[in-house]
Amino acid sequence: MDIYTKQGKKRIISEHSPHSRLGLNMLKAFLFGGGICAFGEGLRGLFLSLGIKSDTSTLLVSMIIIVVAATVTFLGVFDNIARHAGAGTLVPISGFSNAVTSQAIDARSEGYVLGVGAKIFTICGPVILYGLASGVIYGIIYYLTGLFGW
Amino acid sequence: MTMTNILLAFLAGGAIASTVQIFIDKTNLTPARLLVFLVSFGVFLYAVGAYEPLFEIFGCGVSVPLIGFGATIARGVKEAIDSTGALGILTGGLTAGAAGITLSLMIGLGFSLAGHGKRRNIPKIRR
Repeated sequence: MDIYTKQGKKRIISEHSPHSRLGLNMLKAFLFGGGICAFGEGLRGLFLSLGIKSDTSTLLVSMIIIVVAATVTFLGVFDNIARHAGAGTLVPISGFSNAVTSQAIDARSEGYVLGVGAKIFTICGPVILYGLASGVIYGIIYYLTGLFGW
Repeated sequence: MTMTNILLAFLAGGAIASTVQIFIDKTNLTPARLLVFLVSFGVFLYAVGAYEPLFEIFGCGVSVPLIGFGATIARGVKEAIDSTGALGILTGGLTAGAAGITLSLMIGLGFSLAGHGKRRNIPKIRR
């Protein structure tokens, strides 16, 4: 038994850890992440060709992906896709939408105020908070540089 | 808008996702931390003026990843400051992000009122 030595411990840990298949995971993330963005770009092209303004089209695309991801989460399919896609479904806005919807659904049994109401922000809360915080820092810098004419 | 645009969006979105996949596999950063990082990175990209040119080339390849959400916040702040002055520092971010945030929250609430669907367990994005 060499579990008491450093090498032995290392060997046992590596034997019991799942083999990381970084290359395959990256490829899958690339295909899913790229696929979602390509789907979005196709939609945006459609909206633009219908004469919708560029800003609105971009926003509509994100909103449609949010709705689709939330629905897929509700149907219980999202986790099955995310198991393969990894960052491919996490990085697009679909990951944000999944985080909100899955937390809201899972917190039902804890009530609607401190259960759903609080837990719905478990993952999207930090994202919103630090997104806004970064925005405020940028705003202060932008305002001051404008004020002093730098 | 051609197949080239769609291909460029595919490449940019794929590149961002596979880069984040490296962080998931090789570091112990949780998905939540990576999402926070992406949003802040989006604000940073917009602030240094890199986001708009990237968006011109890659379109939804940079706006659909959470980077786009950060850039939306930053643009909202900038435009609010331009039109209302210092108050815009506080109002711009949430105003610009309102559509995405409110829509996600309302759908989440709606589905949780509708039932637990076919979900049985807590999501395991992390492996």
